[in-house]
Amino acid sequence: MRFALDALTIFAVAAGAFFFLAGTVGLLRFPDALSRVHALTKADNLGLGLIVVGLLFQTEGLLAALKLVAVWLLALLAGAAVTQLIARTAQAGGPRV
Amino acid sequence: MAFDTVLAVSVLGVAAWTIVARDMFAAVVGFIAFGLLVALVWLRLAAPDVALTEAALGSGLTGGLLFGVSTRLGRAGTTMAGETSGALRLAAVLVCALIAAGLVALLPLLPEPAPTLATLAAANITTTGLQNPVTAVLMAYRAIDTLLEVVVLLLVLLGMWSLAPDHLWSGLPRRSGLSDPDGLLTFVAQLLVPVGILVGIHIFWIGSVTPGGEFQGATILAAMWILASVAGLVDAPATNRRWLRLLLVAGPAVFLAIGLAGFAIAGSFLAYPASYAKLLILTIEIPVTLSIAAMLALLVAGPPERESQR
Repeated sequence: MRFALDALTIFAVAAGAFFFLAGTVGLLRFPDALSRVHALTKADNLGLGLIVVGLLFQTEGLLAALKLVAVWLLALLAGAAVTQLIARTAQAGGPRV
Repeated sequence: MAFDTVLAVSVLGVAAWTIVARDMFAAVVGFIAFGLLVALVWLRLAAPDVALTEAALGSGLTGGLLFGVSTRLGRAGTTMAGETSGALRLAAVLVCALIAAGLVALLPLLPEPAPTLATLAAANITTTGLQNPVTAVLMAYRAIDTLLEVVVLLLVLLGMWSLAPDHLWSGLPRRSGLSDPDGLLTFVAQLLVPVGILVGIHIFWIGSVTPGGEFQGATILAAMWILASVAGLVDAPATNRRWLRLLLVAGPAVFLAIGLAGFAIAGSFLAYPASYAKLLILTIEIPVTLSIAAMLALLVAGPPERESQR
């Protein structure tokens, strides 16, 4: 049982790390702001989500698990909002000064 | 070990990048990233209390303040590096290098093992009624330092208010709310602020047992007010409102009053009788948290720049 949980954790966290890596490569390599933001959201949403899922197998007790899920949901909310703001600003032709 | 090396190199790299960044906005972004990395360093040093404070105050709130500064300077047409002369910058580099070299030279002179009061702090913690030794240090053993920190923060706020021209004294800070026709920020603020207030109170409340406490909790509360204000949901109060002044003074005043009462009930300044120490500490902490939250939020709001309506 212990081994199975550890294996699941390693698998999910590795998959999450892969999405973060892919998102970072996209952030560095993509040509314009909109596609860079698109790459970044994959890292934030899926990458963090998979890492949280991986860590869920290691938690002791419901409260710790709920806190992890809450962290992911809050990051989702903040990430989605900030991405929208950046994308709108980029589309309007850069930041207003 | 490998992780620590990567972390140390990243901290130094981000620090160097922040210094050489030509763009003010980029430098502030670098500073915030630097603060978050330093928070990770504190975690690796097994100091989660300091890590929380660094992430909330050092990186988040100071970052917010610096963003405000960079926007103001940008509007005023000031660039970051253009105005300082080469000689001044060279002198700054030399002084910093000297201080760093001095610190490095002192490192081998430190006694081994390092002197510590941790055992004493742990041995006497029952007299404070607390379980988190860091909070015991902040609120009981060295309560006077915390009292002075709160007073310093109040003085900083007064100093910033004093930057207002005479006729605007007791006016309103510049409106920070963006007009947001699509209502995205409004939506986020309405959703996030209640959750954030709960998290802020939680972080404050658990401070007596686990890492957390009034400064960290107050920063989160202040951040929620800032979010609501950026979304245009609330406007900063005029600086001459009686309730605002009372809120700002409540924390330091209660702290000082209970400190003075210590002479009568426990024999010295800021001493608590062991039987109800925790109750006294809580009585101090609640108004102090609210006062700090108000001070931090008003610091970010800036000095008065608009006439008060009344």
